[in-house]
Amino acid sequence: MKRQRKTPLFQGDLVKEALKQSFVKLDPRILYRNPVMFTVEIGTFIMLLVCLWILKGDHLQGSFAYNFFIFIILLLTVLFANFAEALAEARGKAQANSLRKTREETPAKLIQSFGEIMLKEIKIVSSSLLKKGDIFFCETGDIVPADGEIIEGIATIDESAITGESAPVIREAGGDKSSVTGGTRVLSDKIKVKVTAKPGESFLDKMIAMVENATRQKTPNEIALTILLAGFTLIFIIVCVTLQPFSLYAHTPIPIAAFISLFVCLIPTTIGGLLSAIGIAGMDRALRANVIAKSGKAVETAGDLDTILLDKTGTITIGNRKATNFYPAAGVNENDLIKACALSSLADETPEGKSIVELSGKNIPINMLSTEGATLIKFSAETRTSGVNLQNGIQLRKGAADAIKRLSVDAGNPFPEEIQKKVEEISSNGGTPLVVSENKKIIGVIELQDIIKPGIWERFERLRKMGVKTVMVTGDNPLTAKYIAEKAGVDDFIAEAKPEDKLEYIRKEQQKGKLVAMMGDGTNDAPALAQADVGVAMNSGTAAAKEAGNMVDLDNDPTKLIEVVEIGKQLLMTRGTLTTFSIANDVAKYFAIVPALFMVSIPALASLNIMHLYSPQSAILSAIIFNAIIIPLLIPLALKGVAYKPIGASALLRRNLSIYGLGGIILPFIGIKLIDLIISTII
Amino acid sequence: MNTEITGVILMFIATIALAIPFGKYIAKVYAGERTFLDPVFNRVEKFFFRISRIDPNKEMNWKQHLVTLLTINLIWFLFGMLMLMNQRWLPLNPDGNPSMTPDCAFNTTVSFVSNTNLQHYSGETGVSYLGQLILQLFQFISAGTGMAAVAVVFCALKERTADKLGNFYNFFIKSCTRILLPISFVVAIILVFNGTPMTFKGKDTIISLQGDTVHVSRGPAASMIAIKQVGTNGGGFYGANSAHPLENPTYLTNVVENISIILISIALVFALGFYLKRKKLALMIFGVMIIGVLIFLIPTIIQEMKGNSAIAKMGIDQTAGSMEGKEVRLGSAASAYWSIITTVTSNGSVNAMHDSFTPLSGMFIMLGMMINSFFGGVGVGFLNFYIFIIIAVFISGLMVGRTPEFLGKKVEAREMKIAMIIFLLHPLLILSGTALSSYVIHIHPGLPWLNNPGYHGFSEMLYEYTSSSANNGSGFEGLGDTPSVFWNITCGFVMLVSRFLPIIGPVAIAGLLAKKKYIPESAGTLKADTVTFGIMVFAVIAILVALSFFTALALGPIAEYFSK
Repeated sequence: MKRQRKTPLFQGDLVKEALKQSFVKLDPRILYRNPVMFTVEIGTFIMLLVCLWILKGDHLQGSFAYNFFIFIILLLTVLFANFAEALAEARGKAQANSLRKTREETPAKLIQSFGEIMLKEIKIVSSSLLKKGDIFFCETGDIVPADGEIIEGIATIDESAITGESAPVIREAGGDKSSVTGGTRVLSDKIKVKVTAKPGESFLDKMIAMVENATRQKTPNEIALTILLAGFTLIFIIVCVTLQPFSLYAHTPIPIAAFISLFVCLIPTTIGGLLSAIGIAGMDRALRANVIAKSGKAVETAGDLDTILLDKTGTITIGNRKATNFYPAAGVNENDLIKACALSSLADETPEGKSIVELSGKNIPINMLSTEGATLIKFSAETRTSGVNLQNGIQLRKGAADAIKRLSVDAGNPFPEEIQKKVEEISSNGGTPLVVSENKKIIGVIELQDIIKPGIWERFERLRKMGVKTVMVTGDNPLTAKYIAEKAGVDDFIAEAKPEDKLEYIRKEQQKGKLVAMMGDGTNDAPALAQADVGVAMNSGTAAAKEAGNMVDLDNDPTKLIEVVEIGKQLLMTRGTLTTFSIANDVAKYFAIVPALFMVSIPALASLNIMHLYSPQSAILSAIIFNAIIIPLLIPLALKGVAYKPIGASALLRRNLSIYGLGGIILPFIGIKLIDLIISTII
Repeated sequence: MNTEITGVILMFIATIALAIPFGKYIAKVYAGERTFLDPVFNRVEKFFFRISRIDPNKEMNWKQHLVTLLTINLIWFLFGMLMLMNQRWLPLNPDGNPSMTPDCAFNTTVSFVSNTNLQHYSGETGVSYLGQLILQLFQFISAGTGMAAVAVVFCALKERTADKLGNFYNFFIKSCTRILLPISFVVAIILVFNGTPMTFKGKDTIISLQGDTVHVSRGPAASMIAIKQVGTNGGGFYGANSAHPLENPTYLTNVVENISIILISIALVFALGFYLKRKKLALMIFGVMIIGVLIFLIPTIIQEMKGNSAIAKMGIDQTAGSMEGKEVRLGSAASAYWSIITTVTSNGSVNAMHDSFTPLSGMFIMLGMMINSFFGGVGVGFLNFYIFIIIAVFISGLMVGRTPEFLGKKVEAREMKIAMIIFLLHPLLILSGTALSSYVIHIHPGLPWLNNPGYHGFSEMLYEYTSSSANNGSGFEGLGDTPSVFWNITCGFVMLVSRFLPIIGPVAIAGLLAKKKYIPESAGTLKADTVTFGIMVFAVIAILVALSFFTALALGPIAEYFSK
């Protein structure tokens, strides 16, 4: 069962917390970070003064009720923006809290040591007292008290607390699956673990801190956008300030309420109010996809990726190669061959060997394979063969083509031409041929094939349309690699790859100015993870890999990179579209407010009142009400993000420009008119 | 079809037809390829470079470019002030015109150095022939400055990472001698053959049909009129500018002058395409600009040919169109055409009085200057457009889900900051200038500043600052700007700031971008040379300019239009 990923947007307790925070955030010391909303707050304050002024007896600024109403709406505008930000933060925090629950104090079985020597004594201490380098012991049923690396033993571990995935995983000392995360539970066996993180600096601690600090740091793109928005705000300060002398010249006194309303309507409050919520929501979306980004910048960069490196095994193909066909040599009965294949593979513990037994089981029932009195010869990487010496003296061997060939040729038996041909044919089709011999005579060939994951072709096609180049990394020979690359639809491949090759490839791409992402888990992946612009480490990977990458995937799912790219793009798109929408809205607001400002003293300008709004006051009110309520209405969009469609940049721009640009021009005309109709019935 | 309209359409087509090969030629000049004038000028240039110890092959970074640009302008500025203040006793003053006062000399020099050519003097009485020649020199210098700046930006837009962007002296000299000089020469010859004076003799005297003795001002006029048009300067030899019969004697000279006003500005867009080998990009930019021009041009021509309803009410025939303030030899359509072409570029020479145009035409004329980048002044027009491109790239880049980039370079916070400052400058100068003068008039209603009260008076003030800030130099002329110290000082300040900051900004952005890593295009990259992006740029320009100036326009031309 996956952890519930879709919490409803407006969850009761989150909303309550967000409401409280909206008021806390009114503090100018917090709000000044957001120049757009900060100016609105100043406007609100001025309106408050105007209201007090009227109470003291001023008559030039219009009725108290009208001015007070404007004050309230402006205050609501700021509160709505604060609410959007607070809600996004609350959602992030809720996510973090659910993770933090796993961090509650757990007892740790600390192994006492004397210098380098481990003593047998075990002391129960609280997890918070564990230091880096301490060694603890876990057995069935224990909660792992801290992040660490297994130094001894193997265990099945339930990581559902972190990943939401209930299927247990195996972690063992040595290799790339040696890392355990604090908060997970050992289901079976015993392990000794060395603590790799100081208290408070564990992986989860960092994650929680990151989610909670999401608002504190602005990403480079956010800073640039804030500059743009500040620029727009300045423009409208200029417009509104100069309007005062213009109106003096035109003998048209404009009340303060109208000035401030015009100003607040024109500055990009919609995007200004939602900007930080969009950023937080982006990281939150990554978190929901069980990816932890170490910084908001990493998520942004993901949207820009040009090239991604994917491991073949597990990403493009399902696990390991599988036997798909048996080809008997001339004069050999197929069933005999299959039987021989199955018998010779019984001692082969590799997944390939198991798959041969499995495939042969379709033709021959497993109980027919009697191995009584037989000697099993185990598969070894040196001989690259496995086999069986049966009771009746028959020696069956199965293995790599050249190994078996040598075996048979050395014994003076020919290597049949049709077998040679078959071997080459299988190789060129991306498969792996294994040859089978009986008493050193060739009797047939087994074909092993990579099974390409269903649907992977479509995913690569989608990436290609986004402009992302996919590169498959594999240890296979170039011929096999090419075949699989073509079949899976990746753009390029690195065959016979060593870890250095990945690093080299990433550097080469980066020199061409491209942004590269890769996913890895092993310590030997660490340099490449660090070099890549986006390095996604698997949670199961080594501490070094997790340290080197700038994202960690809790699900250990190699296809996660694709999701990460989309999250990054969504984040940027949401910003862009809402900016466009916000600015496009100004057209209608101008047509509502400008005639309202001048209609009384310059009747000719009533012709600009194309919406036929009821009165100057109702026009101004409608505009600022629309301006305020559009913020909460767009919160769902800001939090969910604008849907990304891989249809090419120009088509995407056309689409978004017509929805958010053209829509942004038309919608407020309708909205303001509707609000005006309602107001005019009330008045 | 109406011959007036046919004439205008032919003029339009001829301009574009000439601009394409000319753009190719400009690209060759800036790329350093051999051109037909090399044999004539190479040796002279070599000589001058040697004695001034300048190595024209030494490449500069963007900061060095800007320092050089400002130094050249400052030195010529000081030289110009000195000459104008002492012209009375200097040679070539047959009419015995007096020296300029320091403030008038300051205003005039600023105006000519900044390519604005707002003239607070009358050519016939205010300057000597030497003064006129110096002003002509400035018309070359200011146009050459703008073009050299755009050459730096062209160089920066190449597909590579670079710090060094050519040599400013080289770009500057080449702009003057290989581009401005040859066309000016051709235009001047045509003018001379059509009756424009080109002499150092003093005033001529004729007896009119009524028997009066009339003194006719002469002088080295043809050469000045040529460069004033070609270099989008606009400052005429005579006070009445190209409405004066000796500046613009015939319909033919009107066509030639009109083509030369916008020729280089259009050609530079094509030059960009040839230079960068990005013809589609150039076509996109050209498309946006030409549609912008047509949007102003067509309604203005229609309005002016329809006649003025207020005058029609007086019972005066309007079949020839609204002819108040227009020359009969040119007609309403050609005058309307000129008014738009001279304001979308930062030229500012006039062949009719813009003050007398119908209100909406007046608004389109002002909008051309408010945008100031639909072709715009030579060189600087593209620089202004570049700012809008950067803003459009930023917003649309986000909309397609990538951090924004233009021609393979990432646009980040620093570039955005510069772009926003430069964009803000224009509305800031125009609106605050107009606000200041509105306020002064509000306090002192008796001031003899405005010839017209009400909305039209407001338009006159708005026009003056728009024209100064756009470095255009044309006036609504209803404004009593000649004698007033207020207008001299404020407009002088506006011209100076609005000339150099909008050159510094785009060159800085281009220089910063040039230094960045080049990112090759992918399917996810937003291509700048598409119709979609063109629409985006157009929308950004339209919305930003509309939002900045709507209130001012509503109180000026729009109020006047609805009050008819």
